[in-house]
Amino acid sequence: MKKKWIAFSAAALAGAAALTGCSSSGGADEGAGQVYVYNWGEYIDEAVIDMFEEETGIEVIYDMFETNEEMYPVIEAGGVTYDVVCPSDYMIQKMIENDLLAEINFDNVPNISNIDPEYMERSKSFDPENKYSVPYCWGTVGILYNTSMVAPEDVPTKWADLWDEKFSGEILMQDSVRDAFMVALKSLGYSMNTTNDAELQEARDLLIAQKPLVQAYVIDQVRDKMIGGEAAVGVIYSGEMLYIQEEVENLGLDYDLEYVIPEEGTNVWIDSWVIPANAKNKENAEKWIDFLCRPDIAKMNFEYITYPTPNKGAFDLLDEEVQNNKAVFPDIDSLENSEVFQYLGDEVDALYNNYWKEVKSN
Amino acid sequence: MSKKLLAGPYLIWMAGFTIIPLALIVFYGLTDGDGGFTLANILAIATPEHRKALFLALGLSLLSTVICLLLAYPLALILRRRNIGRGSFVVFIFILPMWMNFLLRTLAWQTLLERSGVINGILTALHLPNQSLINTPGAIILGMVYNFLPFMVLPIYNVLCKIDDNTINAAQDLGANFFQTLTRIWFPLSLPGVISGITMVFVPALTTFVISNLLGGSKILLIGNVIEQEFTRGSNWNLGSGLSLVLMFFILISMALIAKYDKNGEGTAF
Repeated sequence: MKKKWIAFSAAALAGAAALTGCSSSGGADEGAGQVYVYNWGEYIDEAVIDMFEEETGIEVIYDMFETNEEMYPVIEAGGVTYDVVCPSDYMIQKMIENDLLAEINFDNVPNISNIDPEYMERSKSFDPENKYSVPYCWGTVGILYNTSMVAPEDVPTKWADLWDEKFSGEILMQDSVRDAFMVALKSLGYSMNTTNDAELQEARDLLIAQKPLVQAYVIDQVRDKMIGGEAAVGVIYSGEMLYIQEEVENLGLDYDLEYVIPEEGTNVWIDSWVIPANAKNKENAEKWIDFLCRPDIAKMNFEYITYPTPNKGAFDLLDEEVQNNKAVFPDIDSLENSEVFQYLGDEVDALYNNYWKEVKSN
Repeated sequence: MSKKLLAGPYLIWMAGFTIIPLALIVFYGLTDGDGGFTLANILAIATPEHRKALFLALGLSLLSTVICLLLAYPLALILRRRNIGRGSFVVFIFILPMWMNFLLRTLAWQTLLERSGVINGILTALHLPNQSLINTPGAIILGMVYNFLPFMVLPIYNVLCKIDDNTINAAQDLGANFFQTLTRIWFPLSLPGVISGITMVFVPALTTFVISNLLGGSKILLIGNVIEQEFTRGSNWNLGSGLSLVLMFFILISMALIAKYDKNGEGTAF
């Protein structure tokens, strides 16, 4: 209560200072008051936004995007200046390379100490000096299978199992370029960040060969289709696992859905908060990031989003059952061969896109 | 002067929501990533993947247009021959689903066609073998016909309603049988509505990407999907715009057809 009072008077003082001091630059409106947030859809517990507004007095203007590729041109064009954005790994790298991001002043983000160093380390593959980004959610990509449709001896353990004839018409693949190529490249033993044309062609041919076995290419629908028993195996983001397990239980289904991290290694993805270079309220953005790094807040978000949190403080607050749920929080050593997506440059991106089109039109 | 003032909002509307976006598409379509002039985005339609996607889209949309016409014409004729009150009630029933969101209706078809969906559930209950209905070209055509059929029925119905009963009576008095009346009176007189209906079904069917995504399981790539992916995933607005311009060419052809056959604007839907 006391803290709140101090925060309130500080905000009031700041407001007064803005009014008296900087009236010529019209600072009152754009000063202490707002933070423009650009985040994925359904990627925050909305109560958290209200709590932030109440505790800091900063008004949150919250917008959402659906894909990294949709977000990028918006930030690049700068028609709307967002103060804090939550892209994925490879897109952050692209934004850094194109000078679209501002360095975060970590003096304003003391709660960064709650983030597990493991994820700061992994972040270095796209943000080499940990200067621009603060991890928010992370996860893996793996194979989900239906225990009643897959015999115990046929349980998939590696990506190559998705080329097995016995799963004909039973496979749900990811309908996005990099994810689909990751599956093929990993099963061939190549890096999922390869820029080697010969390796990519090999992966493309493999994906074309797989197409007759695939039931559908989907993104978010993998979850519901697998719960509905539409297919035996599907490529899925680990973040969906808690929801799936709860749903299987709630619906009283007579089968289980199990998650496997393929032994060839997989994509470890990290979504992190960054501050665009043209942000108008940088300090408010840092306050926002700091707030989200607070263990109790990170826990609230985890419980809403159910994607694994890199926040050690929040992890410690969770029930033991959730902490030990390997589908949500896999052992670090099972991720030995795994990589984080990197931005490969526009030309290689175009190559991936063209090969993917060839797969889809075949 | 006051008339000009009244036209103002519409001019702003047209400029803001038609002319400027169209100009942007043309600009993007004719430039490369660095803003230099190029025809590459339009010529890209000739690559095997794009050509295949275009022909597939043309094929599927033509087929669903023909099916719509075959279903809609007899229906419109029946509605016209009933007395007005009951006829318009049936028309009302017909357009009722259009008040619901297009996406929701397509998603509903997904639930119906799925392997563990409603139709297969009924088949299982009757001890009949399950059918794989979804993720096939047939499912896409079904989706197109279902969604666009009202756009075929309404213009034809409207034109048929305007045909004077006396014309039909005269034909019958002079000894024309039903088939002759149909081919020599009804059909020629309703041609504006038919052309308008064909355009109104063909154009959205040609450009759709939602139906092929939801009912085709993204396994069937139509030209609409290619364009959508260039914008949302590929970050290549130039190529997406260039391909849109190619599609616009087909739409212009249909508009030319309307202008030729429907001079008085009779074949309107509403």
